[in-house]
Amino acid sequence: MTEQAYNFAYLDEQTKRMIRRAILKGVAVPGYQVPFASREMPMPYGWGTGGVQVTAACLTPGDRLKVIDQGADDTTNAVSIRSFFSRTAGVAVTEATAEATLIQTRHRIPEHPLTEDQILVYQVPIPEPLRFLEPREPETRKMHSLEEYGLMHVKLYEDIARHGAIATSYDYPVKVEGRYVMDPSPIPKFDNPKLSGCPALQLFGAGREQRIYALPPYTRVDSLDFDDHPFDPSKADHDCDLCGAGDSYLDEVIIDDAGGRMFVCSDTDFCRSRRAAGHAGRLGTPAGEAA
Amino acid sequence: MTQMEKIVPATEVPLLQVRDLTRRYGARIGCADVSFDLWPGEVLGIVGESGSGKSTLLSCLAGHLAPDAGQVIFDTASGPKDTVQMDEPERRRLSRTDWAYVHQNPRDGLRMGVTAGGNVGERLMAVGARHYGAIRDAATDWLGRVEIDASRIDDRPSAFSGGMQQRLQIARNLVTGPRLVFMDEPTGGLDVSVQARLLDLLRGLVREMGLSAIIVTHDLAVVRLLADRLMVMKSGRVVEQGLTDQVLDDPQHAYTQLLVSSVLQV
Amino acid sequence: MIQIEGLTKSFTLHNQGGAVIPVMAGACLTVQRGECVALVGASGAGKSTLMRMIWGNYLAQSGSIRVGGLDVVTASPREILQLRRETLGYVSQFLRVVPRVPTVDVVAEPLLNLGVPAEAARARARHLLDRLNIPQRLWSLSPTTFSGGEQQRVNIARGFAHPYLALLLDEPTASLDPVNREVVLALVEDAKAAGAAIIGIFHDAAARERLCDRSVDVSAFTPGRAA
Repeated sequence: MTEQAYNFAYLDEQTKRMIRRAILKGVAVPGYQVPFASREMPMPYGWGTGGVQVTAACLTPGDRLKVIDQGADDTTNAVSIRSFFSRTAGVAVTEATAEATLIQTRHRIPEHPLTEDQILVYQVPIPEPLRFLEPREPETRKMHSLEEYGLMHVKLYEDIARHGAIATSYDYPVKVEGRYVMDPSPIPKFDNPKLSGCPALQLFGAGREQRIYALPPYTRVDSLDFDDHPFDPSKADHDCDLCGAGDSYLDEVIIDDAGGRMFVCSDTDFCRSRRAAGHAGRLGTPAGEAA
Repeated sequence: MTQMEKIVPATEVPLLQVRDLTRRYGARIGCADVSFDLWPGEVLGIVGESGSGKSTLLSCLAGHLAPDAGQVIFDTASGPKDTVQMDEPERRRLSRTDWAYVHQNPRDGLRMGVTAGGNVGERLMAVGARHYGAIRDAATDWLGRVEIDASRIDDRPSAFSGGMQQRLQIARNLVTGPRLVFMDEPTGGLDVSVQARLLDLLRGLVREMGLSAIIVTHDLAVVRLLADRLMVMKSGRVVEQGLTDQVLDDPQHAYTQLLVSSVLQV
Repeated sequence: MIQIEGLTKSFTLHNQGGAVIPVMAGACLTVQRGECVALVGASGAGKSTLMRMIWGNYLAQSGSIRVGGLDVVTASPREILQLRRETLGYVSQFLRVVPRVPTVDVVAEPLLNLGVPAEAARARARHLLDRLNIPQRLWSLSPTTFSGGEQQRVNIARGFAHPYLALLLDEPTASLDPVNREVVLALVEDAKAAGAAIIGIFHDAAARERLCDRSVDVSAFTPGRAA
């Protein structure tokens, strides 16, 4: 099997056009879920088939692609998608956020601020924020069109009633430009503030559910909350043990059988660049030799 | 006589004016040429046997079913409006503010996976309430009014008895202070002792809130105690209507006479 | 206050071959304020029928029944409901209530329906229950479990809770002991003195003598049996 056997970025031109039309419609109506004819991709659902199709439709030969999974460039999902486009589109790849022109992500927004020259593509498992409370698709569509969003607050109410606080910590629902309630994909709520006013174009693709939606640059995105329980983009109350960053989203890592643990940046590129710049945390070394 | 009686506000416009309402199922009649006025604070009972068209009529009145002909004119905040001609967003807004609908089966009217408090609070949140504490206070207050212990506020309705579920459904519907409540066999499927409790509750709420209500039932004892006026339906048409005790004590139509005489002492 | 003219009533039994049974023809009766009129006549002569026609739960074929200016024969249900709420009271022989409702609330209900504050309405109810010798321990219970005499007294208390200008009394002293009978007679006298127009059925001849200004024999309104 040779790379030449595929059209640029795997999908045929007609399919990419169809997806671009859906993307344009999504950009025109921020937060609105646009149905599209999702294709079978050479990977299972749940591995980012929606994101991959959006990425394929957006890539140009001059692009530089970065793929992250939970913030990391080196996980199976990220590595395979990166190599998939490297082979089928022949585009340059990178792990550095600042150098990428297109970033496909699963469950994170990079720590490094994005720019107007970048596109961020999210992999979305379930695009419908109302789904868990209202199983009927025609009904949820009607609720979106009539802005009947009381149910979203019922969900948050239930959280507070059961846990004393809004316990939803990822997939935290947002309202786009005061109109559509949108599922931001399972990013941690820590990342929610980064959705709003972002200079980069943000695109969301759900392959199995056949939906695309978008946030054009500088779109206002508000996390839903109650007056007396305001939105709180919390994170673990630690600094990164490797790079010492106090303002990045952390993963908890168990390091021995005695319950020892460390907290490290979930964004591997961010952590590496900080260490390269001489920062060090509790267990880290300033040089780039750590994994 | 313990006829349901309330204060009629000084307004002279009926809350609901129904004119020639007709709904067919193909060649068969669901309901035909139904006309009546409902005044503020009045409770109207609709009785008839299964298949008489009373449920079809209620669905048409509540906007769940589109009638083939006729008008359902509701006295909205901006004056009387035909809800049949209303656009859907406006009608849906009406149905979560001024209107309420109590289903026969509480499972149809409740969210079984949401706590009692969330069920009661939903309509408040749907009309913009965004203060958790205030929503919870309102839910607690309403659970009390329908005689559900406040300690059950975080339990799901699936843990409630049938009577409690029905009371919860009523609280959930009345929390936003609607002016018109549609009830489809509200006491159906409940034990007699639970029915009595529910009837008493409904009478109190109707009186205190100045509610108007349309109650569909086949239980003449229920309408005797709850309804000011009665409409008797047969084969999709209204065969008789009038004061409840007049229709039950001195029925004029052959069918009503049969209906009344067929029932054990009411 | 109550003015009846040319009243006709018949029952049509559709399920018994459409038999038409005329029960009243050309009934006329006027009751002034502060006047008490007894309806007399043999059992089945139509005393209760006439009473129910005034109350509005029996329809009339023709004629008029004016109560405080409203013609019950032609009035809309809404007008009759208002009349019953504000002007016309009825003490029937049977107490019909939602089970489980406390006695004090049963008695207070007519006042609550008029918008009287709950506390004032209950105070009036307690006063009447006390006057009618219903033991205080029963006030918070539903009257459905009471004895016949107790139920009758609760019914009377309810009927006298609001000072109606027109009152219909169906055997108010039946099944009462002498002490309570005396209380009820005094209540009727009070209402009469307060200007109520009263129509009553009293099998208790002594009570009728004491309360009523005159008697009307409803047999006079009975249509010819041959009709």
